[in-house]
Formats: sequence, C-alpha cells, structure tokens
Amino acid sequence: MSTISYFFSRLLQIIPTFLIVMVIIFLLVRALPGDPAIAMADAKATTEQLEQIRQRLGLDQPLWIQFGIFVKNVFTGNLGDSILMKAPVTQVILERLPASGFLTLYAVLFSLLIAGPLAFVAALNRNTWLDTTIRSAFQVGLSTPVFYIGLLLLTFLAARMRWFPVGGYGTTFLEHMYHLLLPALTVALYTSAIIMRNLRSSVIEVVDAEYVQFARAKGLPERIILGRHVLRNALISTVTLLGLSIGNLMSGTLVTETVFAVPGVGRLMLDAIFARDYPLIQGLTLTFAVLVSIIFLLTDLIQAWLDPRLRVA
Amino acid sequence: MTQSNSPLLSVKNLSTSFHVGGQKLRAVDEVSFDLAEGEVLGIVGESGSGKSITLRSIMGLARRYGEVTGEVMWQGENLVTKPEAQMRKIRGKDIAMIFQEPMSSLNPLLTVGVQIKENLVTHTDLDKKARVQRAIELLELVGIPDASRRLNDYPHQFSGGMRQRVMIAIALASSPKLLLADEPTTALDVTIQNQILKLILDLSQELGMSVILVTHDLGVAAQTCDRLAVMYGGKLVEKGSTRDVLRNPLHRYTMGLLQSVPENVEPRTPLFSLPGTPPSLMSLPKGCAFAPRCAHAVDACTATKPPLEGTQHQVACFNPTQPPVGAGGQS
Ligand SMILES: Nc1ncnc2c1ncn2[C@@H]1O[C@H](COP(=O)(O)OP(=O)(O)OP(=O)(O)O)[C@@H](O)[C@H]1O
Ligand code: SF4
Ligand SMILES: [Mg+2]
Repeated sequence: MSTISYFFSRLLQIIPTFLIVMVIIFLLVRALPGDPAIAMADAKATTEQLEQIRQRLGLDQPLWIQFGIFVKNVFTGNLGDSILMKAPVTQVILERLPASGFLTLYAVLFSLLIAGPLAFVAALNRNTWLDTTIRSAFQVGLSTPVFYIGLLLLTFLAARMRWFPVGGYGTTFLEHMYHLLLPALTVALYTSAIIMRNLRSSVIEVVDAEYVQFARAKGLPERIILGRHVLRNALISTVTLLGLSIGNLMSGTLVTETVFAVPGVGRLMLDAIFARDYPLIQGLTLTFAVLVSIIFLLTDLIQAWLDPRLRVA
Repeated sequence: MTQSNSPLLSVKNLSTSFHVGGQKLRAVDEVSFDLAEGEVLGIVGESGSGKSITLRSIMGLARRYGEVTGEVMWQGENLVTKPEAQMRKIRGKDIAMIFQEPMSSLNPLLTVGVQIKENLVTHTDLDKKARVQRAIELLELVGIPDASRRLNDYPHQFSGGMRQRVMIAIALASSPKLLLADEPTTALDVTIQNQILKLILDLSQELGMSVILVTHDLGVAAQTCDRLAVMYGGKLVEKGSTRDVLRNPLHRYTMGLLQSVPENVEPRTPLFSLPGTPPSLMSLPKGCAFAPRCAHAVDACTATKPPLEGTQHQVACFNPTQPPVGAGGQS
C-alpha cells in the first residue's frame, strides 16, 4: 500500500470522529436547562434577536432536522455571534488561531531541540552521573506547575530585567518569535521533560537491538548507526507520545496564554467560559476537536512515514 | 582446504565475562583455536554454551557489554585491544558476520536495498549506480528471485528464510576473508537449510573465504566443516578434524551428544536430547563443568578444571574415552 492511498484512507477515518463530536456538541447545547436560544443569546437580547437565533437553530423543527441545520451551519462557518466579542464566532476564532498555532509549534520545536540531544546523551551514558543530572533536571520541569514557571520567567526576565515583553504577540514574524519566546519556553519545559523521558528509554531499548548490533557488525560509522538505525526506531514511540500528549500541550498553552496575555484561542476559551458565551464555547470546542483530529492524523502519517509496517489501511 | 604456514586467524585464551547483578558471568572461558585460509571450522554445543559470544568477541561487539581478554590475532594485530575506529574498517569488510536471528537482525524501517548498500558505501569506492548493481548481484547470488524489484522491499515483506539470505548477502557484500556464521540455518526448513549451507560452502571454495560455522546440529557440522570444536560451559572441550571428532569422540560430553542421536535418526536432530541440563554460567562447578552430568567422573574432575591436551585431536577431560594422541608427552 502506497503512502498516498494510506493518507486518503486515514483522512476518511476522520469523518466519523468528527460526526460524533458534532453530535455531542449539538446535544450538549440542547441539554442546557431552558431555551437553547436564550442560552445562545446575550442576556439583554430583544425578542426579535431571540427569534432570529431560534430560526438559525431551527428550534421549531424536529431534532434530526435541527441536527442537519447544525451540520450545515458548521460547514458554512455560520456558528452565530459571540456574546462577549460582539462579532461572528468564526471570525473571532480565526483571528485568534494564528497566535496559538505559532506558540504550539514554537513550543514543540523547543521541546524537541532541548529533549532530543539530551535524551541521547542520557541514554548513551545511562546510569552515570551525566544521566542522573539530566534526568533530575527534567524532573524539576515535570513536577513544577506550568503557570509557576511562567510567572517566574515573567517576573525575572520580562518584568525585572526587561529583556522580554510582558505580553502580546506582535505583528511581524520576528516579533512573534520575540514575544512568544518565554511562553514557548514555559510550555516546552513541561513537554520536553515528557519527551526526554520517553526518548531516553526508547533509545536505551533500541540501542542494544539485534539490528543495531548487526549494523555495528557491518562496520558502519557511529553517526549512521545512531542516526539511521537507532534514532528512527526510537522516534516511533516518541511520536506516538507527542500525539497523545496534545491534550497536555493544549492545556499548557491555555494556561501560558493567560499568564503571558497572548491573544490566542486558549485564552479566548477561558474568557468565553467565564462570560458563559455559549456560541463561542461551542465554536471553540469544535475547533479543538478539529485540531486534535488533525494532530492525530499527522501523528499517524509521521508514524507511517517512519515505519513501513504501518502502511496498511 | 588450503594449507598455509601462518593461520588466517589465531584465537588465544579468549575470555569474555559479563557483570550481572554484582556477579561475574564468564560466557567465554580461555578459548583458543587457529583457522587457516579457506578452512571451515564448526563450533557445536548446547544453548548457552557461549558460541555466539565467542563470535561477537572476535568481531569486537562483545566488549561494549562485558570484559574481553586474550588475543584475536588477525594479520599481525590483536583485535581484542584494537581501537573501535580501526575495528570499524575491518568489520563488515574483512570479517563479516551472519547473526543467529533473521527476524530481528534486519532494521525493520529500512529497505533491504538500503541495508545492503550502506555496507558498500562504507567499505567500497563504488558509485551510486554500481552499488545498486552490486546489491542486485548479491541478492541474485543468495538466490532471491526478482532481485532488482525486491531491493525496495522492507524486511517484513520477506520470509524468515529470505531474510537469512538477505543477511548473507549483506555479509558477503564486500567479499570478506572470514565469515562468522552464527547458526545460519537453524530457523529454516531442511531444503532451504541445505541450499544455504551449500551456498556458504561454494562461496568459501570459490572466494577462498574462511568460515566459522556455529551450529546446534551435528548433521550440519558433519556435512560442512573441516574441523570441529565442541563447546561446553564457555570452554572448548574437544577440538579436531570433523572426522576424528565424530567418529572417535574423546570427551565424555561429545560422546554423550553423539549417543543421544540415535543411529537411524534424521541428520537434522538438534543437540537437546542429552540428559540433565546445561550448567548455569553463574555457578559453574570448580572442576569440569560437565561433572554433574558425567557418568565417568573421577576424583580429579570435581577438584580442578581439565586442561585441553593433545595435538591434532585435543580434549579437555580427565577420563576421556581414550587418551588423546600426543597427550602425556607434554607436562
Ligand atoms: N550482554 C550480556 N549480558 C549478560 N550475559 C550475557 C550477555 N550476552 C550473553 N550473555 C550470556 O552468555 C551466555 C552465552 O550466550 P551465547 O549467546 O553465546 O550462547 P550460545 O551458545 O550462542 O547459545 P544458543 O545456542 O542458544 O545461541 C548465556 O548464558 C547468556 O545469557
Ligand atoms: S573431566 Fe571428568 S567430569 Fe569432565 S567430562 Fe571428563 S570425565 Fe567427565
Ligand atoms: Mg547463539
């Protein structure tokens, strides 16, 4: 099976997942006590506004038609208006997504750069002082709450030393890099600890495998043995872990965005929850579901690219 | 077999120990043998007797995990103390090894083409096109049909027998002078076993390649080896021409092995049927390692280790089936 047909078959598998997510969100809004239209509207909404929402949601129709309308609304990007932001939900979310995306990728990149080499060093020197030092350093990252690290960095490097801005996102790419450096580092301290722990143990597992010994028996240079034979095999389980810890990553991002006042969807979600902005909460939940599906898809694709045995639909 | 003055490989007092849970485990114990150019030496013995570790110690692969002492003389140099960077130039080029486990010895993530070609990249000057050509040649040589297409297949797309052939192709890639073959046929059915053994023997004759063939199987040893060494508890207990060792076994353990193979049995019976169990390397007896299972033990057997004695046909036994030729003359 080729990689391309694998990609498409895997893409098709997302559809049922997404349908289930939509059913759940649809039912949740209808399970709220009272009239869904009132829940979805501003507290000061007029009768006409309520009527408009009722029509958009099709509340006088049978449930299955309402669901059809909901699905259609989702696909046309018509998710109603945010009570809090007084603007269409789709527009609000699209405005906020880039900052979060930037921060998440930045954090993942940081994590890999920090954890990758150190995991190798620790694994290849296992049970020496070097290994112990690296592991205990990351243990600190694991056991300290994200917001605490964030606050520390904010207080010292941003507020006191004034090396970094205390918030915001900037407008150009370089400004993004600069503004999000501390937030990304904050998120990365936690994720890199998870990655490093996992990668270290998979390197230890792989480095003594028979095929690595056989590669040695071929007289290959060490850089090829480690890069081609050890790293690739060790990465398989780490990629899985990265995909699975997307929940961690997202909640870490949410907290960090709040601490550093980054205008991202994580912070938006928090604001929406406090304001009981149901249309926005609904829209964000859908967005997160799509993002998680995409991340899982990406994880699977990277896995299949790494491991030919997985390229079966 | 060609007769030459100085041997191609000369192993002297090779010992390999591992530290396991605070204890020292001696997997290879003072092993010595010579190997002439073009010669096929068989090493037989039960599971755990140290056959694989002997081969890996020669290759310099065991020293990552344990302590290797003694000498492995190769072209005037001792490989045991040779630095890793220099060993790399010998491994896979002059000395190649086929591993015991075809299912786990190929990297599952790389095509067999890549795994053959990386050997050629390291040890030859062939350009890209020539490497592909050579890789196809090698796969054809070991009898893999449709070789040019199979180059792009991954190990999991091959059967166990085919993977074994791929491993042999990789080992032969840069025409080694010495092939260490660790039970290259154990996992295979009889027809394929015969094909692969014949292949190795043909190549050894055509290319003048020496072979150390580790096997469980006396039938295989009888068919393929010029000389035989019998291994027990990390030591070589008997050594001689295949004919002498099989027709006229001197060590009680060898005798037991041969007797445990009934007269009319198929030649592929493995060595498992000897009564008693192989010794644990963690708690080897002070004297002869075989003493607890030996019906002919004498007092000396439990007190000291029997030395290997004799010239052409050597044995390490205080009460052999008959005195070795040349024993007693030395003291
Ligand atoms: N890295 C290691 N650490 C500790 N002990 C080891 C290690 N490698 C091998 N051993 C031990 O060395 C002994 C000899 O192993 P070896 O693989 O050489 O046996 P063998 O004769 O090849 O057996 P088989 O016929 O089953 O392949 C075994 O008891 C094994 O458990
Ligand atoms: S040395 Fe003794 S115990 Fe060992 S095989 Fe010979 S007779 Fe048996
Ligand atoms: Mg073995």
